[in-house]
Amino acid sequence: MPNMELKIEKIRNGTVIDHIPSGMALKVLKILDIDENVKTTLSIGIHVSSGKLGYKDIVKIEDRYLASKEIAKIALIAPNATVNKIKDYEVIEKYTVTPPSEIIGIVKCSNPACVTNAKEPISPEFYVISTNPIRIKCKYCEREMEGKDIIQNII
Amino acid sequence: MMLKGKDIISIKDLSEKEIFEIFEVAKEMVPIAKGRSLDLLKGKVLATLFFEPSTRTRFSFETAMYRLGGNVISFADPKLTSLSKGETLADTIRMVDSYSDVIVMRHSYEGAARLASKFAEHPVINAGDGAGQHPTQTLLDLFTIWSHIGKIKDLNVGLIGDLKYGRTVHSLAIALSNFGANLYLVSPKGLEMPDHILREIREKVKPKITDDMNSIIGDLDVLYVTRIQKERFPDISEYLKIAGSYRVDLALLEKAKKDMIIMHPLPRIDEIAPEVDYTPHAKYFEQAFNGVPVRMAILSLVLGVR
Repeated sequence: MPNMELKIEKIRNGTVIDHIPSGMALKVLKILDIDENVKTTLSIGIHVSSGKLGYKDIVKIEDRYLASKEIAKIALIAPNATVNKIKDYEVIEKYTVTPPSEIIGIVKCSNPACVTNAKEPISPEFYVISTNPIRIKCKYCEREMEGKDIIQNII
Repeated sequence: MMLKGKDIISIKDLSEKEIFEIFEVAKEMVPIAKGRSLDLLKGKVLATLFFEPSTRTRFSFETAMYRLGGNVISFADPKLTSLSKGETLADTIRMVDSYSDVIVMRHSYEGAARLASKFAEHPVINAGDGAGQHPTQTLLDLFTIWSHIGKIKDLNVGLIGDLKYGRTVHSLAIALSNFGANLYLVSPKGLEMPDHILREIREKVKPKITDDMNSIIGDLDVLYVTRIQKERFPDISEYLKIAGSYRVDLALLEKAKKDMIIMHPLPRIDEIAPEVDYTPHAKYFEQAFNGVPVRMAILSLVLGVR
């Protein structure tokens, strides 16, 4: 992708999350807990032209490698994303994301009557009941959520 | 002893084997529920936490505990508890759990009983969480069918009325499909069984869906009637029309099998004509009575004395 090279530089060490659905890059940062206190250099491409998806987002995080749990979380909103581990400008490992079997504290339940939305000392918890498309079920109220519902409720 | 220490939150938490264990014990409890008391739960304390109103469920749990020689602690009005001062449910549960051996709870939040089970060391029994689960109602419904007909598999069971908002009918439908009963779902337009429940049912059986009770009444072994709530209709005349066409009366029963049983979770308003009470089909008062032996069985099993 010659165009891409011009827009976002290669990184020396760190992680490249590629093939994120267009517009979802900021949500990916959110689930990786990257906020205003960030200590590493980030490059973010939003709505970048891509042969595979039409348009995609791409996130490059310097000097940070992701734990497998973090990679699994990305699958919630970007099921076709790829995660590349970069060392000395080379891809040393490449993962496709797969969702975890349980999700704790990343998504809140979309049911306003669910006890997890009351002021109680608990985190929302879900079972992943299907992966493609992703469908999750609240462990408390048993409400099922999918697609947009999940994205809108990422904490 | 399979159920010792177990929380009863959702009917889906119970295996078929555990459900039948509850039935067998409940059957033995019937004479005790009718007045021959026992000391099985002597010294045990049940805490009933009804944050939402209840008549049958609360009375039958308390009766079950007293008939087995146990004691009950309770509050008269949830408005007078420390929850109304802003205490979390989690803290209330921790406190009550330290005073009792088993907790029965009804709360408006969905999932509240699951939360309680996380904070309580003793077993928690869900007596209804908002529009969510009410597993002991499902168990007494299934027990009523089983004790009358001797089986659940392959029976033709008609669920009639408000299948959309009726809480009891959702978990009952799922449980019946797990047991291999044939389901007939009969409801007025707009009050049909929700899609997510249908999806679960269809994993096991193919339900027949209709809005015409007359067309299926002759097939049924069990007719389970639920209340159509007035408040669901903006127009009272629309309600009266619908309620009229879903009323079970003697004329409808002429087409029914002789040994078909009629059930209803109660309270009943207009959906079953009073003259039906005197036919051998009517089992709804017995069903309400079964709340006691079934809850006796559950209490004694989770407390490990059976």
